[in-house]
Amino acid sequence: MKTFKLGGVHPPENKLSAEAVIETLPIPEQVVVPVGQHLGAPATPVVKRGDEVKVGQLIAKSSGFISANIHSPVSGKVFKIDNVYDASGFRRPSIIINVEGDEWLETINRSDDIDADIKLNSKEITDKLNEMGIVGLGGATFPSFVKLMVPEGKKVDYLIINGVECEPYLTSDHRLMMEKGEEMLIGTTILMKGLNTNKAMIGIENNKPDAIEHLKKLATKYKGISIHPLKVKYPQGGEKQLIKALTGREVPSGKLPLEVGCVVNNVGTAYAVYEAVQKNKPLFERVVTVTGKSVIQPSNFLVRVGTPIKSLIEAAQGLPDNTGKIISGGPMMGKAVLNTDIPVVKGTSGILLMADGDAKRGEVNTCIRCGKCVEACPMGLEPFLLSKSSKLAKFDVVEKELVMDCIECGSCSFTCPSNIPLLDYIRLGKNKVGQIIRNRNQK
Amino acid sequence: MNEVLIYAVGSLGAIGVVAAIILYFVAQKFKVYEDPRIDEVEEALPSANCGGCGYAGCRAFAEGLVKAGAMEGFNCPVGGADVMQEVAGILGLVAEAAEPQIAVIRCNGSLANSPKKVEYDGISTCASAHVLYAGDGGCSYGCLGLADCVASCDFDAIHMNPETGLPVVDVNCVACGACVEACPRDIIELRNVGKKERRIFVSCVNEEKGAPAKKNCTVACIGCAKCFNVCAFDAIEMKNNRAYIDYEKCKLCRKCVDVCPTDAIHEINFPVRKLIVKEEKEKAAKVASAAKTTETVSAKTSAAEKKDKVNKTEES
Repeated sequence: MKTFKLGGVHPPENKLSAEAVIETLPIPEQVVVPVGQHLGAPATPVVKRGDEVKVGQLIAKSSGFISANIHSPVSGKVFKIDNVYDASGFRRPSIIINVEGDEWLETINRSDDIDADIKLNSKEITDKLNEMGIVGLGGATFPSFVKLMVPEGKKVDYLIINGVECEPYLTSDHRLMMEKGEEMLIGTTILMKGLNTNKAMIGIENNKPDAIEHLKKLATKYKGISIHPLKVKYPQGGEKQLIKALTGREVPSGKLPLEVGCVVNNVGTAYAVYEAVQKNKPLFERVVTVTGKSVIQPSNFLVRVGTPIKSLIEAAQGLPDNTGKIISGGPMMGKAVLNTDIPVVKGTSGILLMADGDAKRGEVNTCIRCGKCVEACPMGLEPFLLSKSSKLAKFDVVEKELVMDCIECGSCSFTCPSNIPLLDYIRLGKNKVGQIIRNRNQK
Repeated sequence: MNEVLIYAVGSLGAIGVVAAIILYFVAQKFKVYEDPRIDEVEEALPSANCGGCGYAGCRAFAEGLVKAGAMEGFNCPVGGADVMQEVAGILGLVAEAAEPQIAVIRCNGSLANSPKKVEYDGISTCASAHVLYAGDGGCSYGCLGLADCVASCDFDAIHMNPETGLPVVDVNCVACGACVEACPRDIIELRNVGKKERRIFVSCVNEEKGAPAKKNCTVACIGCAKCFNVCAFDAIEMKNNRAYIDYEKCKLCRKCVDVCPTDAIHEINFPVRKLIVKEEKEKAAKVASAAKTTETVSAKTSAAEKKDKVNKTEES
């Protein structure tokens, strides 16, 4: 069975909510929609206080090339546009809407009928994704239409659909493949058309045998799409690792996947693409996993963007008493959040409630030079060296040792027997080196 | 036996003479002239090599200074006026007396004023924490308390106070500016030491509006502009919802300290005010307010003018 060769670790999978069918969460009374939910420039609000909005109406407009439109997830009245705390405690401009009813724009096709007939051409698909505010739902929230704009002279050999979901605990992609497989495959076909390619590969780790079987059955109907079971290994969901695992090609340092003729999209994105192109539905809701060892009912919810995460936790039978940390995302790459009032955004894939004991880091000891971090690094870096050099502020060494290639997967910190917070220091170095490079380029 | 000795000494001596002659001409040919004053200036400097002057060390500073041939723009904060006087003497120049400065911590979000809401479990540097989150107290402008400034100080002049969780600057400070560079939140500022070492400054760099600022910290500057309105010397500037006192213009009258509703403005090294003085003041204020009613019209217009000014500065 295929997998990537270099590095990787195998954290306990803990896919507690793998069997939980996606439930639609009731719409909250008020939603908070940040205007910066994607990679790139925050969108500019086009509504003002007191405006009536409908579900799917444009409320903030893309403000640059790398930016995305934002649409109202609910119907109601704009309460105000103000700064609201984000997951890290910084206040970011957001549109707050008081919910009244659930009135959708007429242009959105709300029927569940599967529509496999793709009418738009490549250019129109790109424009549609831009208009509908589709961003990568794997976590990086990169505007999807940009990925479809292949520069001249470059050819896309493979569209790769990422169904790996290598993060422990998370199951939102798994459930989506099980329940919306058909739509997802049509979305894949649309992306293939957009990219002018006739080959698509869907990579799925073999801890989801039901999804592999289900999609294999469905994929026979769709030309050019093949399903590839992969050996379970973290971080296989990383773009570069997945390309390596499926095609054997290696993306050169500092280059994009396009360099080796690949474009990678998440299964969630493929589904959103289907809805945008076939149903004219903007991206304003997504599947979010709520999970944790002490959570009474680990679940997968279909949630409107802007819903506070506390309503999700309540829907999963409440916050366990022993919760030590709430993480937005998975346990490996997710971020601890400061409170439960923060809203679900386009990039929220899961809410993980960690118990007290699991949430704390172990006691840090000295480096025993075992080399486990070097073995674990999927990018072939030397984490111990990067982290030490960052700590000593030797940023020239950090840059020379290719810190910018680090994908921040956390395999090094996970594997370190001395509990050294390797990634923390590397991230610090990466930040500094990024600044240094930006300053240099400006000169 | 003697002959061997004579030959040896003679031949070695001859080689020595030839080598000396060659070296003499080579030295003439490749001579690099270096201003002897550079060494003298370097000698006079404190050799701290802290970089507080903006140069890579004392030698670089001396080279720069001798090359420039003028004192403008050159100041050794560590040596202060004495050293600069001495250096000026060496170069035959006149030193302008630079006002001595000291680092000031512009945050009072102590554990009591801005209680911890979350626990940080990452590496213990402000640079890392600043990228990750707002801070334990919830203020995204305030001190993170992980002591990057302490680590940056070469003069043992800044320490953490475990009770407040904030750094404290002591008299060792030479205003080299290392901590200003190290702080990721621009909390530390170099300000003039001031007459009798008395200083008044706004101990907050928060740019939030009043309500959210106050929610996170009881002593935050809420941008009410009371100090701006009371200042008779135009020393206070309102920008981004916060006040900033210009230490060049401040006359240390302390009126702003009295009016600040959140105690965000700090006074340092002033004698303790006696209670009686305060009571008398209140009495006087009462009398004055009674008398003021006649003057209200003119006072109102001036207040309105000032308000306009606030709005303008905020817009800019």
